[in-house]
Amino acid sequence: MKILVCISNVPDTTTKITFTPDNKQFNTAGVQFVINPYDEYALTRAIELKEAQGGTVTVLNVGEADTEANIRKALAIGADDAVRINAKPTDAFFVATQIANYAKAENFDLILMGKESVDYNGFQVHGMVAEMLGIPSITPGVKLDVNGNTATVQREIEGGHEIIDAQLPIVVSAQQPMTEPRIPNMRGIMTARTKPLKVVEPTGSETKTEIETFALPPQKTGVKMIAPENAGELITLLRNEAKVI
Amino acid sequence: MAYNPTEFLDYYNIDDLLTDEHKLIRKSIRDFVKKEISPNIEKWAQDAHFPSEIVKKFGDVGAFGPTIPEQYGGGGLDYISYGLIMQEIERGDSGMRSTASVQGSLVMYPIYAYGSEEQRNKYLPKLASGEWLGCFGLTEPDHGSNPGGMLTNIKDMGDHYLLNGAKMWISNSPECQIAVVWAKNEQGRIKGLIVERGMEGFTTPEIHNKWSLRASCTGELVFNNVKVPKENLLPNIDGLKGPLGCLDSARFGIAWGAIGAAIDCYESALKYSLERIQFDKPIAAFQLTQKKLAEMVTEITKAQIMVWRLGMLKNEGKATTQQISMAKRNSVDMALHIAREARQIHGGMGITGEYPIMRHMMNLESVITYEGTHDIHLLITGADVTGIQAFK
Repeated sequence: MKILVCISNVPDTTTKITFTPDNKQFNTAGVQFVINPYDEYALTRAIELKEAQGGTVTVLNVGEADTEANIRKALAIGADDAVRINAKPTDAFFVATQIANYAKAENFDLILMGKESVDYNGFQVHGMVAEMLGIPSITPGVKLDVNGNTATVQREIEGGHEIIDAQLPIVVSAQQPMTEPRIPNMRGIMTARTKPLKVVEPTGSETKTEIETFALPPQKTGVKMIAPENAGELITLLRNEAKVI
Repeated sequence: MAYNPTEFLDYYNIDDLLTDEHKLIRKSIRDFVKKEISPNIEKWAQDAHFPSEIVKKFGDVGAFGPTIPEQYGGGGLDYISYGLIMQEIERGDSGMRSTASVQGSLVMYPIYAYGSEEQRNKYLPKLASGEWLGCFGLTEPDHGSNPGGMLTNIKDMGDHYLLNGAKMWISNSPECQIAVVWAKNEQGRIKGLIVERGMEGFTTPEIHNKWSLRASCTGELVFNNVKVPKENLLPNIDGLKGPLGCLDSARFGIAWGAIGAAIDCYESALKYSLERIQFDKPIAAFQLTQKKLAEMVTEITKAQIMVWRLGMLKNEGKATTQQISMAKRNSVDMALHIAREARQIHGGMGITGEYPIMRHMMNLESVITYEGTHDIHLLITGADVTGIQAFK
């Protein structure tokens, strides 16, 4: 089985978020970048499938050279080889185009990625990639098994789960608890040094979105306590101050 | 610009001196410790319980013998990597780090450096994977700082050696499958042997009631007419330089490891001091608390620079025994001092198992004594700069 896992580089979840003075870009100064946590579920599950059934796992990232430390981490966890599409991941359409263009020629049986990246939380790339390749997409997957040419994916739906069988090739997006993400071991880190990491130039530059401005969510304000005997005041405040009714 | 704390205390941008691979190693061991050690360590220490299942987990993550070549199951990594691994394990607990550094530096290293090819192939992969746990027998009840006075001895019986004697304060001994043991031959020369559990006359009584390294197992090695096959002698070493070479490697790991314990104490003290309100303000706002915290971060930073340089020297094969002694002594003394100051900042909470402080402090009381005492290391530096030995 030939598996492609797409990973993105995202700020560590403890990062303090700031923007450039014009509020048009996220300020990356001093920010630690990690593999998108949802992608780690996809990566680890891909490696488990490879270990159980044979095959290869290729990891792909659309990013500039500074993402290579995290690509090496993916190789250390157990991917066989890596591809970096040498471009800034400007928006979901652009990233999906790059992934689809690369995947077209490679005939992957399974394309896995996180359900979304934890920076922009777009939840779009998997669907776009599948559409561009003309194959099904199942999202968000919480369980994934492959038997011969059939993938069985359990996905979350409102109030329950849905179990879907699909013929390969497909795109599946991952979220917990698909598996437990692996911590790279020292042997893996050492062998990752010599695994192939191919840099490919992007094809096209079309994007579908443009950032107008960024703003931080409003600071949390204190809680107003209202005595039970003044319940009517709550209605007044909700109407006049919070303006929600 | 204000100092921006990250997961890894780095006041002097020492991370710029590390490779991406070093940083990945450090982060991976940090994640391993947070998953496998930190959630349980307070209970293990309180219960004086050695979690034997950790041995296999250490093997899986690659904490055993990371500098040993990969063909023998090691990691094939450099000494900065080894140091960072020890630092992050000891940030969890010194006893856990002891388990790993004994296995790597005191058991795997001598088998790799002094052993035959057959011995390397027989023992190293099983030790690297954590299938076997090993220990190192040098110290005796009456010979600690003076190992050359050892009484443990071997007699050549033609087709085997007859081993007699006893070793004391041996980390990992109660759970070990093999022991690298140093004993004098009939000519009074110190020789290394691999003694295997199950050899008749070999026992490993546990030492109970320790107030330190309570999550690590410690014991004796007792040899009563143990027949050791001749092929278990380490062929490529003779004399005290054998065990001392192993100690160089282990002390190097301790010099890094103790910084991990210091960082854990400092971070806990900093956090506590910002949360604990007295006289209507956090105790971090008081000058005497700031003095403690500022001195902690200064001392940790100095030690980080020292061990980084030592690691580079070790990578080049240039680190001297004396340089390693200085770093081991400095790091452990620094960490113990920080543990005590952190305990003060935590007030009464500092003596409880709710915080890691007292555990680190008690652990470091062993670390400052084992693998060369605080005073002996000072005298090694003294001898190095004066040319006069003052310890015998």
